[in-house]
Amino acid sequence: MHLGFLTIYWRDMIRFYRFKTLLISSLVQPALWMAFFGIAMSANFNRLTSDIPPLPGVPSVDYLTFMAAGVIAMTTLFTSLFGGMSLLFDKNWGLMREIFASPLPRNHIIFGIALSGMTKSFIQSIIIMVFGIIIGAQFFFGYSAIKTLLAVLGILLFVAVFSLGFLFLSAAISISLESPEGMQGIMTLLTMPIFFASNALYPINAFPPALQAISMVNPLTYLVTGIRYFAIGDNFQAIGIHYSYTPLQIGLAFLFLIGFATVMFTLAWWRFRKAVVT
Amino acid sequence: MSENIISVKDLYHRYGDFTAVDGISFDVKEGEIFSFLGPNGAGKSTAINVLTTLLPLQEGSATVAGHNVAEDPQKVRESIGIVFQDVTLDRDMTCREILDFHGNLYRMPSTERRKRIDELLALVQLENKQDTRTKQLSGGMKRRLEIARGLMTRPRVLFLDEPTIGLDPQTRMRMWDYIKAVNEEGTTIFLTTHYMDEADHLSDRISIIDKGQIIITGSSYELKNTLGEDLIYLETSDMSGTIPILSGMELVKEVRKKSKGLTAMLDGDGTKILPRIIETLSAEGIKVSVVNLKKPSMDDVFVHYTGRELRDEGAEKSSSAITRAGRR
Repeated sequence: MHLGFLTIYWRDMIRFYRFKTLLISSLVQPALWMAFFGIAMSANFNRLTSDIPPLPGVPSVDYLTFMAAGVIAMTTLFTSLFGGMSLLFDKNWGLMREIFASPLPRNHIIFGIALSGMTKSFIQSIIIMVFGIIIGAQFFFGYSAIKTLLAVLGILLFVAVFSLGFLFLSAAISISLESPEGMQGIMTLLTMPIFFASNALYPINAFPPALQAISMVNPLTYLVTGIRYFAIGDNFQAIGIHYSYTPLQIGLAFLFLIGFATVMFTLAWWRFRKAVVT
Repeated sequence: MSENIISVKDLYHRYGDFTAVDGISFDVKEGEIFSFLGPNGAGKSTAINVLTTLLPLQEGSATVAGHNVAEDPQKVRESIGIVFQDVTLDRDMTCREILDFHGNLYRMPSTERRKRIDELLALVQLENKQDTRTKQLSGGMKRRLEIARGLMTRPRVLFLDEPTIGLDPQTRMRMWDYIKAVNEEGTTIFLTTHYMDEADHLSDRISIIDKGQIIITGSSYELKNTLGEDLIYLETSDMSGTIPILSGMELVKEVRKKSKGLTAMLDGDGTKILPRIIETLSAEGIKVSVVNLKKPSMDDVFVHYTGRELRDEGAEKSSSAITRAGRR
């Protein structure tokens, strides 16, 4: 088996580690989201929903626990969408020529970059889980050690497939563009609807039908669903809404993410075969 | 396997309406240093990009190290090393990491990789910089590291695209020594340059390329010899009268008018012919005001065949002028 993608992976991880500002900001930023947005919003939501009578017999979780899953998903989205950006810099600084003129198959560039983006998302997800639990998110509540471990693996599996999808997309965009500014613009344009037309921070039940339809084809919704299933459980209520998942639903959500990643890889592969770097 | 390590036939390359490479054919022999000499925009880099498989082959045929560029780019990539025109080093990697990364791209086994890195760092005298990040290297060191990288996989052909652009005179001459040393170890070198002295000093054979076409190919000696043995530059009181007189003289090969004076190409020893020219002219009542006798240079060859000066730009010109003066 050709392990060329590990070379690309290794180089990208060196850079991640050496750019101290990038390293530190990417580790601190998700924690800050939890600390500020999480605590502030959770105080509000808990007050607003305090007079809604809880459903009897259904375990209830507070808003912080509810949104912590969303923060993991959001961080993975951002990190993955920007993960391909280093390809654009490599291209603009001429570094891509060395790689394109070498015998390394081009799909290994995509795999290498995707793998390093995935690693970063893993690190961030774990930080958010740990930090979230510290400030009071009730993740893995009442789980045994084995069950907690399996739940964490389940979350990482969802994060992995989701991040691959968006990393492939990001790689496809970067190899097709000339300017980092253009990339920045496209990313901002993409993150807005993906993030807000999802169940990351609030339930989608009250959305108008059009927005609800968008959220149903939004990969972020499926990632958040997967994370909540593993971190909170298959039957709980939050902000007055009852959530229950069957294993089939979770399996379909996972399949949806795999489908999304496959389509995005095809797109990236096509862009890479077309790409001319001189 | 033929002795030609690069063979190009009727190569064309167009960007939209613009023809960058306009039907070139040439061969490079195994073991030689071959140069493309021409101004910026002559099509040198485009040609090199096609040969190194970075650009697709549009028209014509090209083989490198026995492999067809269009049909078997993978094999071509495995056989060549490249030093690009501008610095292509990751600023945040160390010298050793740069070479290690490159060896990995070519799937070199790790023991061989380590050994080769040590060898090459010694060759380009960067052993004590091996753990330094490339952003802290000087321009000459970066270039040396890039040459080491180009040699990492023991390529059969090393492509050097303007290897000494932007380097100071001493560093350029050191680079030439490295390039020669590498060539003596058996690597064929294909080099593009717009420095006359570089082509002249390094190459076994030179192709002068202009506007996408090869004007003439030969060794430096052969090219200069096409202009005769010596060149005489004259300014006289009656320029239009001087030309027919000179043209009729024995051993004068060709006379060309310049902006102020004229150049005569000689088929004999200029030191002996020049006094005769001055005598003959004064016998006709023409006074010689300026005279210069010299051996033909690559500049003269270039001007002769393209009809114009090499479009050499600003800072680069002054630095090449200094080395030229230093060597003469």
